[in-house]
Amino acid sequence: MARYLLKRLLSLVVSLLAASLVIFAVIEVIPGDPAAFMLGMNAAPDTVEALRDALGLNVSLPMRYLGWLGGMLTGDFGISYTYKVPVADLVADRLLISLPLAGLALLLSTAVAMPIGLLAAARRGRPADYMVMGGTQLGIAVPNFWFAMLLVLAFALHWRVFPAGGFPGWGDPLAALRALTLPAVALALPQAAILARVLRSALIETLGQDYIRTARAKGLSGAQALTRHALRNAMIPVLTILGMQFSFLLAGAIIIENVFYIPGLGRLIFQAITQRDLIVVESVVMILVFAVILVTFLTDIAYAAVDPRLRVRG
Amino acid sequence: MSLLSITDLSVSINGTALLNDVSFTLAPGEIFGLVGESGSGKSLTALALMGLLPQGALTTGHAELEGVDLLNQSEKSMCALRGNRIGMIFQEPMTALNPLMTIGDQVAETLMVHRAMPRAEALAVAREKLDRVGLPEPRFPLHIYPHELSGGQRQRVAIALAIALKPALLIADEPTTALDVTTQAQILELLRDLVDDEGMGLMLITHDLAVVAGLATHTAVMQSGRIVEQGLTEPLFRARAHPYTAALFAASAHQPKRVDIGKPEPLLVVEHALRAYTLARPSAFAPRPMLYAVNDVSFTLHEGESLGLVGSSGCGKSTLTRAILGLDRLQGGEIRLFGKPVGPNMPNAMRADVQVVFQDPYGSFNPRWRVDRLVAEPFHLLPAPPADWRERVAEALVEVGLHPDDRRKYIHEFSGGQRQRIAIARALITRPDLIVLDEAVSALDVRIRAQVLDLLANLRVSHGLAYLFISHDLSVVRAITDRVLVMEAGRIVEEGPTEALFTAPRHEVTRRLVAATPQIPPDWMEKIA
Amino acid sequence: MKPGLAIGGVLAGVALIAALVSLVWTPYDVTVLTIAEKLQPPSAAHWLGTDHFGRDIAAMLMVGARTSLAVALVAVGIGMGLGVPLGLLAAARPGWADELTMRGNDLIFAFPSLVIAILITAVFGPSAINAIIAIGIFNIPVFARVTRGGAMSLWTLDYIRAAQVAGKGRARISAEHILPNIANLLIVQGTIQFSLGILAEAGLSYVGLGAQPPLPSWGRMLADAQTMVTLAPHVAIVPGLAIVATVLGLNLLGDGLRDALDPRLRRAR
Repeated sequence: MARYLLKRLLSLVVSLLAASLVIFAVIEVIPGDPAAFMLGMNAAPDTVEALRDALGLNVSLPMRYLGWLGGMLTGDFGISYTYKVPVADLVADRLLISLPLAGLALLLSTAVAMPIGLLAAARRGRPADYMVMGGTQLGIAVPNFWFAMLLVLAFALHWRVFPAGGFPGWGDPLAALRALTLPAVALALPQAAILARVLRSALIETLGQDYIRTARAKGLSGAQALTRHALRNAMIPVLTILGMQFSFLLAGAIIIENVFYIPGLGRLIFQAITQRDLIVVESVVMILVFAVILVTFLTDIAYAAVDPRLRVRG
Repeated sequence: MSLLSITDLSVSINGTALLNDVSFTLAPGEIFGLVGESGSGKSLTALALMGLLPQGALTTGHAELEGVDLLNQSEKSMCALRGNRIGMIFQEPMTALNPLMTIGDQVAETLMVHRAMPRAEALAVAREKLDRVGLPEPRFPLHIYPHELSGGQRQRVAIALAIALKPALLIADEPTTALDVTTQAQILELLRDLVDDEGMGLMLITHDLAVVAGLATHTAVMQSGRIVEQGLTEPLFRARAHPYTAALFAASAHQPKRVDIGKPEPLLVVEHALRAYTLARPSAFAPRPMLYAVNDVSFTLHEGESLGLVGSSGCGKSTLTRAILGLDRLQGGEIRLFGKPVGPNMPNAMRADVQVVFQDPYGSFNPRWRVDRLVAEPFHLLPAPPADWRERVAEALVEVGLHPDDRRKYIHEFSGGQRQRIAIARALITRPDLIVLDEAVSALDVRIRAQVLDLLANLRVSHGLAYLFISHDLSVVRAITDRVLVMEAGRIVEEGPTEALFTAPRHEVTRRLVAATPQIPPDWMEKIA
Repeated sequence: MKPGLAIGGVLAGVALIAALVSLVWTPYDVTVLTIAEKLQPPSAAHWLGTDHFGRDIAAMLMVGARTSLAVALVAVGIGMGLGVPLGLLAAARPGWADELTMRGNDLIFAFPSLVIAILITAVFGPSAINAIIAIGIFNIPVFARVTRGGAMSLWTLDYIRAAQVAGKGRARISAEHILPNIANLLIVQGTIQFSLGILAEAGLSYVGLGAQPPLPSWGRMLADAQTMVTLAPHVAIVPGLAIVATVLGLNLLGDGLRDALDPRLRRAR
């Protein structure tokens, strides 16, 4: 078990380093001179030079990379060129909206998908199964941001039970949750459809295994075999999808913030792109990738918790 | 009084009749053998009794266990019977246990489901049952998982959970088919002991007449969904009144006619062959342990000779085979074919001299190719495919007993036996001197196996072939080889002329293998006309 | 034929035909703005109404289908073209080649297509090409994994050993034996990635990282519609329905193909 953890941890660090290299290369190497790029074509040479100094661009590339890396380790992501404040402060505020949104959506989609997937597998080939399969097929096809618009039309403009947009801040947690409800639902439903289908097919696959026959021969009913034996074995593919879903949800959260005018990471990064604020773009992308890699790592840990074979093999 | 009584049991699935008027009775403490070839309906009979037939199955007739009707029970009362009054074990021990659950919990579950027993108490009983099936503490604690056990040990766990509640009837469906002969002998002995100690009835389903001969008091012979003959095992086997029973016996004892075309010239020489694998470290800083799959193996195969290589699974046969075929390189020693070194880089002309037939008739062919392309594949070894390649494919098909027109068909249109014939045709196409037969008849039913063995014997004479016949099945090796090598843990432990070696084995491993191989008592066979 | 396969074929076919027809004919010219007729509800003249520039929505949908389908299709091409050979290589050479490709895969997986699009756009500016590249890159590891998984299970089969005994090398075996036998898997995955590509393109164009004005795309139509959703809901609803119908069609097609092409199911027939 310790060796498995160590191996995963090592792979986490290597992935982070590789990802940071890629991001650094795209943002700071490909544009040639980031300072000139950020200021645009009409900038005076001495303004560019001043920015180069401010950004620390006058040292060698490897030193710049190491400096950036070291800075991030101490929580220093640089100063935003447009906002003139530390990027870390800027990002921290936004993360406090985007991460809870993605987390809420993940929770919601799991809560919806689990019972539906179980039901469909238990009743496979019967009307309930067909209904679930048809419904989820439709759910997968719906773009979440469009679904969000429909939700706004119905629940914010027509019935007025939820706000149409904006975010009041976490000072009033209830109001904050209310503001995040529609976006979370819009994000969660298409993902729940995918998850329910994966759970169903994983369950059906495990229900065909020999050990299910053994369990039935022991005297377990079909439902008992499903919940006691099939479910845990089916969790392995489900975990994979759950891990991948987080990255989709995070990306989805960034897009959906636009629909609700929520000041999250998405708003920050799209403004940064239009204003050519590479410092902010670089940091936000790194944080997003870090979140995805971290979730992959957590998924690997969860695998080991479920599957004793992994703990030994390492 | 009979424990189990079945009258006119018939099963059809989606309108196809698969089981017709099966009737037999089984007394407490009795072992009842159900034998037949694959698809004869043996397993279906068992599943019908368990009420575990697939959807769309229609069952008629009567089946009573201890006076309780088995065929007209609600699903709920069947659940109460399964695992409680009827236990069942299956063929594949590797997949029969839940990989995510400890063996203790899996045995205890039987008790908890039926007796509502608290977990601690159930685990205590599970401990007793695991001891009973030969998995004692401290080597086999309750908290280990199935993947930490071998196939034989897993089958013991499966038995423990099936007998945990002392069922009146235990159904064992090919319980030893996936196991080595030595393990098979141990499991069969365990089953017999359990029947004696607990007084339960055992319904033993197998394709192997010899297993039944050694174990069952009563036997029924099944053919395409019917019992063609049944009675006390010994008289039934001695008389072989029904033609099908007689045919099965003839096939299982079949000896292709002996030929001796061996010459003294060496064809394949293996000298001090060595192949080792590194295993995972047992702990973080321990050195990696080595597994010597092939450890200092030397032997010579002569032109026209049929040489057997026997050993239990994991003894290194497969690794050695891959090296002889030139697919893997050795780490030490040498293999020479006609004096030239064999290895991954050997010239194609040499590869054309050694061809191979594998075990699995289903996985041996690309399903998207037609037979002519499949059989012609080894022509890749020639500088250019011969102009008359189509004729040569047709010729090879005829040689193995198929029709030339078969070359336009796809492989799924053929039965298992026909596929092995096609595999032999493919091996013949480059006119090799040596064919490696890697468990080539192990997956076939006895009657088909006998035919394929005859074909191999004839081809050997007509083509002057040498065989390296690799198998775990001693009776087959005995039927077709001149000389035998016995392999154990990467080494050749004994070698000698086939008959002499099997009648008077010298090495302990050979003795164990011979003793463990189930046999029909020779005097039962004598009456054969 | 299963109803799912037929429905899927029809829905996906309609989108494809609409895109192709738009090359030669559209009910109205989408480059002509008629502000006087803006935001009209569906009528006999404009079956699906008009948008905020008075353009015919049906015509916009047809031209938008071109962008959406082309982006998704090329992205699938990129994913297959690079992912399949990588997957074949990884399966054929267990050891360093496998390890390297799979680690590379994991790395790409850490970059959702939105993040790739953000990176590219930040440096090169927004365009439909960005969307293609971002979605295409994300498709590479998907196809590499599916290919590797399918190929690895085939490499253990005896017909591969027979081909090795027949002197064939790994590349030749991959081409002759492996690829044709995983083609089913790839076709099915291809339709799935195609439909995901349409969704992704819509999302990227919606936030301004994909297709740019004046090029119409379904995602951009939704972005334009957002501010007018209270005045004229149909402007937002119609392009969304087009996306749903096309993606649903492709998914049904993929599922139907999976069943139709599965040799296990075919043998049972």
